[in-house]
Amino acid sequence: MGTITTKLLGSKAVAALTSPHGVDRYLEMFNPMWAATEVRARVVSIHRENPDAVGSAPVATLTLQPTSTWRGHRAGQYVQVGVELPGSARRMTRCFSISSAASLPGERITLTIRANDEGQVSKFLVNAQPGQMLHLSQAEGEFTLHESAATPTNNHLVMISGGSGITPVMAQIRTLLRDGYDGRANRKVTFIHFARSEQDQIFAEELAAVAEGDNHIDVHLHYGDATFSEFELRRLVPDFKNTDTWACGPGGLIELIRAAYGEENPRLRVEFFKPPAFSTGAAGGDVSFTRSGESAENTGATLLEQAEALGLKPEFGCRMGICFSCVKTKTDGTVRNVLTGEESSLPDEEVRICVTSPVGDCSIDL
Amino acid sequence: MSNTLTTKNGKPRATVAASDPKIPNLTPEQLEEFGDELDAIRQRILADLGEEDAAYIRKIVKRQQQFEIAGRALFYLPPAWPLAVAALSVSKILENMEIGHNVMHGQYDWMGDPKLNSRIYDWDTMAPGENWKYGHNYIHHTYTNILGKDRDIGYGILRMDEDQKWRPYYLGNPLYAFLLMIFFEEGVALHDLEVDRIKTGERTWEETKKVGKPIIRKVRKQVLKDYVLFPALTGPFFLSTLAGNAVANIVRNIWSFNIIFCGHFPAGVATFTEEECENETRGHWYYRQLLGSANITGGKLFHIMSGNLSHQIEHHLFPDIPARRYPEAAVEVRALCEKYGIEYNTGGLTKQLWTVARKILRLSLPTRTRNTDPAPAAPADADLVAA
Repeated sequence: MGTITTKLLGSKAVAALTSPHGVDRYLEMFNPMWAATEVRARVVSIHRENPDAVGSAPVATLTLQPTSTWRGHRAGQYVQVGVELPGSARRMTRCFSISSAASLPGERITLTIRANDEGQVSKFLVNAQPGQMLHLSQAEGEFTLHESAATPTNNHLVMISGGSGITPVMAQIRTLLRDGYDGRANRKVTFIHFARSEQDQIFAEELAAVAEGDNHIDVHLHYGDATFSEFELRRLVPDFKNTDTWACGPGGLIELIRAAYGEENPRLRVEFFKPPAFSTGAAGGDVSFTRSGESAENTGATLLEQAEALGLKPEFGCRMGICFSCVKTKTDGTVRNVLTGEESSLPDEEVRICVTSPVGDCSIDL
Repeated sequence: MSNTLTTKNGKPRATVAASDPKIPNLTPEQLEEFGDELDAIRQRILADLGEEDAAYIRKIVKRQQQFEIAGRALFYLPPAWPLAVAALSVSKILENMEIGHNVMHGQYDWMGDPKLNSRIYDWDTMAPGENWKYGHNYIHHTYTNILGKDRDIGYGILRMDEDQKWRPYYLGNPLYAFLLMIFFEEGVALHDLEVDRIKTGERTWEETKKVGKPIIRKVRKQVLKDYVLFPALTGPFFLSTLAGNAVANIVRNIWSFNIIFCGHFPAGVATFTEEECENETRGHWYYRQLLGSANITGGKLFHIMSGNLSHQIEHHLFPDIPARRYPEAAVEVRALCEKYGIEYNTGGLTKQLWTVARKILRLSLPTRTRNTDPAPAAPADADLVAA
């Protein structure tokens, strides 16, 4: 849709006319790709990245055509993807880094996703078919390049990634090579990556081409048991502590890198994935109320009672699970619904804190 | 004869609806068992929620949107004015009853769809969702029919129970009820201001401002939509569109008023005192919901148009379960009622409405004290003090 049409449809007057559902509910009746405010995307194609991998989860790159409402993204950002899984009708939303170079409004993007055993959404997406519609957020995240590839500089950049953490870093390298002169990054880039095995290495051909090309980018790939070592980094980049660095990978890798750079080093930008939460099956562990910064040992009581015991005053109503006044987002951990006994470990899940008790460690946005 | 409600520890505490011998006296054990059985029904339905429920609510939204488009468009054809009003009325009724009320109860929160989420959705009426959810989902559904606590629509303006002290003001009961029916939308919007409590000083000016601001915003939005923008869009038919929108809103008002007043005010519905409901158990809460609500019988279409509030009993037992499940829950709830000898208050729309109308008329006059009433208040209170 044209910009003027989009502007008009996104106006307050149209919002008033189409309330309570909003204009998008009417537009999608005619075409799922029409939207005035929210973002959706159609899966254009799916490419399996590691067809030869044995014993590791399949990885696929999905090319998405977003609706015209997509505002574009900066390299390194991620997007929330919502899907209604077949058979449950429940929409699940997960974050995925964008693996393609920075995009302009309405442009196609790619997501490169590993189908974890635990991940219902990632499994569904890796096996999706072209034509599948997805719900998207706008691009989010501050793990981004702050300089333009088009402006040559003497700055040295370091990028370190592990496993699937390669995706946002890849987006940054692709952006540098695309936007620089003659396919060069125009600044020295040291790229270090850790993968489980050579067969498991995604983007292998492209990385080999980047490594060989005269493009200012040094590629260092490590496989198997090799872990990050400060010693090796110093060999490659003697002054790494004063060098702008982007690191993305599993929590363990990030911890090692943080230790090497020193706490609160402003040169280091990190992004890491949380390990999946497992239920301990009982009270114990810690409950953290992240917004207020309070935390305490989990007593097994409901989240509302535990919050109140810490002196917090969250909103509540019926205190019996019927009025939805006390809904909060559980960001991490396992909780049990005290009425049904049902346990859930989904991240970023909305729970009624008056009838929900934590099982083991748990974080609540409260 | 008096019927006794009991506390957790089994001590008789207070009497309920002593004048109505139809209300059985359940022991604490029975109440607990009764609660467990209702919990089991609830659990079973919750576990079964899925694609069918999602498809149903999406289909209802789609139908409602089609009616709305048809209604708005037909105003361009002046001879089709009655049809336009009819289509728009149906759209507004569907939106308020089966979509708005139920979505804002959180019945579809489990779907994870922001468009059908209780915290995001705000219905097509002047009452702002935020205010309404507090007064309705929390206060009314938690303290159902507890006089002095349940501030459901009606109690503020009307005399709907003998225990509300008669004042000459209540001579106008039938007139107020009629006006509330016609201006139900405005009534519900202003209801949360709790004007009566401002007068008595129970509510401060600060609190009133907090509730009042969203009302002003929402009323402005609704007026802009139905009485400025849509009429203006039809150009030369401005006035006929404006009139049509007003009529559709009033049709919706009359319908909602009637369905809702049949939910808690027909003959045989019990009211409670605050003392009776202190420290109540889950079983007792269920029991009170059952005694305090009434159903309306009817066909499938009637249930949809009433947002399944024709199953007010099931709605009050399971307010957060998708309303389309109430008919199936009703079968089991009814069986439970028979098992425990509790009356299941249901009847046709005309019958239920008639008893509501009679109550409104009767209570406009002072209540004659009946000699048959026992005087249980003193021992009950004594017990409370002891506990």
